[in-house]
Amino acid sequence: MITLEGVTKVFDQGRHNQVTAVGGVDLVIADGRLTVLRGPSGSGKTTLLTLIGCLARPTTGRIRIDGEMVSGLPERFLTEVRRRTFGFVFQKFNLIRGLSALDNVVLPALPLGVAHRPLVERAFALLDHFGLADRAELAVENLSGGEAQRVAIARALINDPAVIVADEPTASLDGARVGQFLAIAEELRRSGKTVLITSHDPRITEAAIVDRLVTMADGRIVEAAP
Amino acid sequence: MTARAPSGRLRGSTVTAIVFGGLLLLAAGLGAVSLIGADTAGRRDRAAALVAELALSDLALFTEARYTRNPALADLHTPFQDGPASLEHFPTASLIVAPRGLPAGRLEAREE
Amino acid sequence: MRATFERRRHLLDFAVRSLARRPTKNLGLVAVYALVVFVVGSVMLYGAAIRREAAAMLASGPELTAQAMTMGRHEMSRSADVAALKGLRGARRIEPRLWGYLWDSAGAANYTVMVPTASDTAHALAKGEAIVGEGVARARKLAPGKMLFLVSPSGKFLKTRVKAILSAESALVSSDLVLVEEGDFRAFFELPADAWTDIAITVTNPREVTTVAEKAGLKLPGHRFVSRADMSRSAEALFSWREGLTLALLAGALLAFAILAFDKASGLSAEEKREIGILKAIGWESRDVIAVKLAEGGLISGLAFLLGVIGAWTHVFFFSAGLFEPVLKGWATLYPRFPLAPTLDALEMATLAMLTVLPYMAAILVPVWRTASADPDAVMR
Repeated sequence: MITLEGVTKVFDQGRHNQVTAVGGVDLVIADGRLTVLRGPSGSGKTTLLTLIGCLARPTTGRIRIDGEMVSGLPERFLTEVRRRTFGFVFQKFNLIRGLSALDNVVLPALPLGVAHRPLVERAFALLDHFGLADRAELAVENLSGGEAQRVAIARALINDPAVIVADEPTASLDGARVGQFLAIAEELRRSGKTVLITSHDPRITEAAIVDRLVTMADGRIVEAAP
Repeated sequence: MTARAPSGRLRGSTVTAIVFGGLLLLAAGLGAVSLIGADTAGRRDRAAALVAELALSDLALFTEARYTRNPALADLHTPFQDGPASLEHFPTASLIVAPRGLPAGRLEAREE
Repeated sequence: MRATFERRRHLLDFAVRSLARRPTKNLGLVAVYALVVFVVGSVMLYGAAIRREAAAMLASGPELTAQAMTMGRHEMSRSADVAALKGLRGARRIEPRLWGYLWDSAGAANYTVMVPTASDTAHALAKGEAIVGEGVARARKLAPGKMLFLVSPSGKFLKTRVKAILSAESALVSSDLVLVEEGDFRAFFELPADAWTDIAITVTNPREVTTVAEKAGLKLPGHRFVSRADMSRSAEALFSWREGLTLALLAGALLAFAILAFDKASGLSAEEKREIGILKAIGWESRDVIAVKLAEGGLISGLAFLLGVIGAWTHVFFFSAGLFEPVLKGWATLYPRFPLAPTLDALEMATLAMLTVLPYMAAILVPVWRTASADPDAVMR
């Protein structure tokens, strides 16, 4: 369970171009459910996602993950939490160019010191599961948008995290691929993972599999269905 | 779902070990060949004997000018024989420094 | 334990894979870097080898050389001066030397024409005979039995038959020598019978050189006394790091390389910053990122260092530093070809590494450390 209390994030604080991206958010995200953060661009949902995912620290407020305060942790411990808890699927996928799909998938596991052979097998199994077995050795810049996203999802899953976080997952996908993504998201939730998605795409926000819809505007939550 | 993970790939660390190991072996080999093969002591002894016999005093490395051939024995002002401010014009002279031993002379001012 | 090893190995794998993405750029970098190590290493190895060689050879030369001085110029010593030194306490051997320089217009080279000292039986010569150094033999294509003609500045001829050629082993001290008989020498240079170039003094106890020089100075006030320490000091100063042209030449190369390294390392490209951000976002710690970047730098500089050192060693000890010959030769025609004795000096290697690898690694570390310590979302923005 992830709990947010009075969380704010201010960029360039104290300067003339100071921006309040998130202004006082209280939110509880339950385990094992698929939650969607909805809102127009600039509403602060991506920033909120980076705060929840421990990619950045809030300016004020508290974030707890399973009761543990993470908002005040120094960078090193934050990394530890991040790596244990979250798998990220970024809007632009953020794959490392020049490396093969397989090399990208194993990346999050490298600093953990797991044995090479089982790691490669597990990564390949994930790619195979997403229908990318024949793409495993291809450099990622040669993949299509949908393939790249599935590589990114496989990478998010390699360390078997409890929470999968996806930022605008359908921004660069066509209609058919959206359905494919939703199927994967549902499968993940069914396997017991917490799934957290930001989107302003009605194909996502109105999908039947969404457990909870949280609407944001101007850095605040305006509507949160239970 | 029966595809197998690719297995024939060489790991970067293995390549590194091979390349660096190979280079280190090569270096060790070169070092051994040149260190073991050379009769350094004997050669130096024979050269030193010649130096003693002929009472030689300097290296015959730079033969282009007399103050580069025997820097210690040259007149102190030879590099400046065309004038105290003249520029050095023998290339190898810039590789060696002027001898430090000053001439054993002194200026004396006497009151009459 | 095993996990730590596996972690390091994974990071190294990743570093190699990461470098392999830009093979041309990185191999080019290794090549330029190796070239810098090669040049700096060659100078260091060559300089050290020649200093050792000079120290070993000159150690058996005369401890003192007395030169007559007139108005600050080197002047001939007289037989009377030699006689005045007879009985000098602490001196084992006092011998006047006859030697001089000769510009040989036929060979376009400067020779050192010399008369073997009276006590030197190994090189005793009869009238019309000559022994030549390796460089002279090479320049004039001489062999024992062949004739060597010399022409003095005043137009006198000296016709000699080459008796022997000095061994190439001693070329460093004897390459330009032409040894002739005393009578031939005096006639050729039109030197009076009692004139000598200088006086070599061998001292019994090397620790008393200063005392002996002082005593000799009292007997010959018009002479200056050059000690072997002065001579070996000038040999020591050869290519010593602070001196001259070599460093100036190298400074250019080093500077160019420093700029390259600085450019490469300090200005992390947007792409590299983004990659660091990605790695952090997917759970890498700062130390993992830094370890990978250092591994990349270590691979490049280590490879370049090894290649450069191997190249320099081969160049200096197997090819007698042939690439330096044009620099060392200056305008001279004669240049000794001599083998250099290799010595493995850990301090030398460490210095070379300090000069080449360390700055590069430091230039990498600072910007990576800064980027890697920031929050990953800031890095990706």
